[in-house]
Amino acid sequence: MVTATSVTMADVSINLAEREQQLPPKEFREVVFDVNDLGVSYNGNQALQGVSLEIYRNFVTAFIGPSGCGKSTFIRCFNHLNALIPGAVVEGTILYHGEDLYGAHVDPVEVRKRIGMVFQKPNPFPKSIYDNVAFGPRVLGMTDGLDERVERALEQAALWDEVKDRLKASALSLSGGQQQRLCIARCLAVEPEVILMDEPASALDPIATTRIEDLMHDLKRDYTIVVVTHNMQQAARVADLTAFFSITRGAEGQRTGILVEYDATSKIFTQPFDKRTEDYVTGRFG
Amino acid sequence: MATREAIAPLRLRASRRRWGEDVVKVVLALCAFVSVATTVGIVVALFEPAIEFFRDVSIVDFLTGADWAPLFEPASFGVLPLVAGTLLVTACACLVCVPFGLGAAIYLSEYAQRRTRRILKPMLEILAGIPTVVYGYFALTFVTPRLQEIGLPVGVFSALSAGLVMGVMLLPTVASISEDSMAAVPRELRDGAYALGSTRFQVSTLIVVPAAISGIIASFVLAISRAVGETMIVLIAAGGQPNWTWNPLEAVQTMTAFIASVGQGDVATGTTAYKTIFAVGATLFVMTLVMNLVAIRLVRRFREVYE
Amino acid sequence: MSVSAGRLRSDGPRGRWSGRAFYGFLLFSLVIGFSTLGALVLQVVLKGYKWVDLVLLFEPPSAEPLIAGAEPAILATIYLGVLLLLFTVPLGVGTAIYLEEYADRDRWYNRLLEVNIQNLAAVPSIVYGILGLAFLVRGIGLGRVLLAGAMILTLLVLPTVIIAAREAIRAVPDSIRQAAYALGATKWQVVWRQVLPAATPGIATGSILALSRGLGETAPLLLVGALTYVSFNPTILGEFTALPVQIYQWVARPQEEFRVLAASGIIVLLAILLTLNAFAIWLRNRYERRW
Repeated sequence: MVTATSVTMADVSINLAEREQQLPPKEFREVVFDVNDLGVSYNGNQALQGVSLEIYRNFVTAFIGPSGCGKSTFIRCFNHLNALIPGAVVEGTILYHGEDLYGAHVDPVEVRKRIGMVFQKPNPFPKSIYDNVAFGPRVLGMTDGLDERVERALEQAALWDEVKDRLKASALSLSGGQQQRLCIARCLAVEPEVILMDEPASALDPIATTRIEDLMHDLKRDYTIVVVTHNMQQAARVADLTAFFSITRGAEGQRTGILVEYDATSKIFTQPFDKRTEDYVTGRFG
Repeated sequence: MATREAIAPLRLRASRRRWGEDVVKVVLALCAFVSVATTVGIVVALFEPAIEFFRDVSIVDFLTGADWAPLFEPASFGVLPLVAGTLLVTACACLVCVPFGLGAAIYLSEYAQRRTRRILKPMLEILAGIPTVVYGYFALTFVTPRLQEIGLPVGVFSALSAGLVMGVMLLPTVASISEDSMAAVPRELRDGAYALGSTRFQVSTLIVVPAAISGIIASFVLAISRAVGETMIVLIAAGGQPNWTWNPLEAVQTMTAFIASVGQGDVATGTTAYKTIFAVGATLFVMTLVMNLVAIRLVRRFREVYE
Repeated sequence: MSVSAGRLRSDGPRGRWSGRAFYGFLLFSLVIGFSTLGALVLQVVLKGYKWVDLVLLFEPPSAEPLIAGAEPAILATIYLGVLLLLFTVPLGVGTAIYLEEYADRDRWYNRLLEVNIQNLAAVPSIVYGILGLAFLVRGIGLGRVLLAGAMILTLLVLPTVIIAAREAIRAVPDSIRQAAYALGATKWQVVWRQVLPAATPGIATGSILALSRGLGETAPLLLVGALTYVSFNPTILGEFTALPVQIYQWVARPQEEFRVLAASGIIVLLAILLTLNAFAIWLRNRYERRW
């Protein structure tokens, strides 16, 4: 019997098979982030607990899972954005190229210089397209060759051709998909090493979504990409590695996110190890 | 990108301490401190001379005496005539601003179309924006003659004339805050009553007003506080002689009018007469402070309930 | 089988009448307000318009009403306005930024700061006059000068500016801040380069409205030494009067001509305030961003 889920899986199985062959063995992958027993709590409520995994260079890693499982919380640990929320406490360690991301005297500005972020709802600044992309370099003091930097970033974000004649126009005059690509360009302009994406296409229409996914594929040549998505098919399409998160309930009913399984995407979707993963990816829940 | 690490060693510490950020925070905190300094200044400016004053004049005499004649020989320092004058004018103001402010608020909240409301509400705010000296002028040159025309035995100055005009000035205060608190009452309460067949009159008076009552009372308290603290209207139209009376047709002097007239003059610093400014000022400040705190409490309570 | 509409209404014809009477009362409430406004404006304009002329605008006051003008008062009001803007905007915006972006809400002193500002907004204006008299005029010996008047009006108007600036800053969506932080901006960079520019229309509107309120104040100026008879043009460190004070002086005189003068002075004052308010509203409509 052909169910909706199996049709979907058949669609992507070809991609997955290809990708399986492209994933080099562990020894040949360079570790960018080494996460060890990470936990995050907000004002005493444990949102995430016991997460350990490694993120590898020049790959796309996806975090999937039902809503409330802490994937957004987790991704925000990598660029210290949780620090903006009062009452947020991070336990455990994240090593970034061997350096403790939460060590003493670590400067969030330095961290964010190297680890950029694209948000769920496109949030361009209410300024011109040029000023949006130039904002990062300007505040970080990278002001020479600004024009070239802006052009390069817009090209990498596949937006240059569409806006090159109207760089002074307001960023808010762009369509939703264009705004998101502008946000990506803005992120690229400071030349980060890692790009974090928190559900980057969930507010966009299918065509714009496809363009973002293609972009992820192109960008991973030069950048390391971590993407949170609630869309399983998207993870299957773009990610090399996938981490599945789920929710456990504590003794008093509190919900805490945990990492259930982390493996090559093809494995997660075709031969998951954990039953919870299998239930999720086959659509039985979540 | 692969060569980037080779060029710049990975350093997650700041290359230099960011002094600028700390300086900015201090400068901004200093700005905020100005408001604290203002309050401290007001308290010191009022209470230091007031305390000195109460060494010369018994506070009991001050608060219970019925004769206010600080500049006479022999001087007498019973503040009650000034307080009575203030309260009399305030009562006249309330005659206008309480019922009609609430009426305007009910209209805007329950009866008016959205477009009408959007036009009328700002227009009502204009009333609040007219300088009080203009209101004083209006009371003296227009209202007083009209009162005389309809046969009331008012002189040039009267508590009634000043009070009525003050009431109109305060109408937007009552209307605005009451209307806000009525708007915060959830639709469901009204819908439920309408569904039972109630008229708009019934819903407004029996459902909405009671539900919004703490905000409405807050608006009254705030209006009274403003009436007590208002100077120019009473200075121009209410009178310049202390007079303890409950008859609004007579002229009275309020606390604020007294402070204004003595403060303008060149009474010698350090004399007891000079310190009356501060004693009366302190009394005024305490009265309005208490009322303001009550009003803020009430507003917070209605906000908590519905937001 | 008729359930008439009348039966559904619980109180029948009597209810209709009380409803109508109530509605009439509500309308009357509005009428009281607006007709007073109308009568006031009409009376002032009719009485004073003939004397709004170059004499009023460019001559000093005089005991002789026919040649009396309000030039020193008008100039002083303008100077006060400029000083007021210069003082209140940095202080008010600075305080607002501190409260919205830097202050930790859980700290007791920051909560006290907020309550303090709310209280200051409701203190009677004459108390500010007393403050000025005690500290500026007599305390530090500044004397009865324009600068003292400007400083006191600043303190009077400051809570309003702070509240308006806070609203404007709060209206800037958090997503803008998050994006700026994520790019590596420091807190001040986020505030100065993103939040403030976005909040500027609201701040400007609020400041101008506060300014217009301050320029209409009389009582504090009376105590801080705005003399009611000044025949020379003002300087910042000199003695002064101001338009509302000049109007008060004229109103206080019993002669009818001075009443007319007062009316004409009021026309000028209202014109100034109306222009300011209209400008503020135009600013808001033109530049307000809907997030």
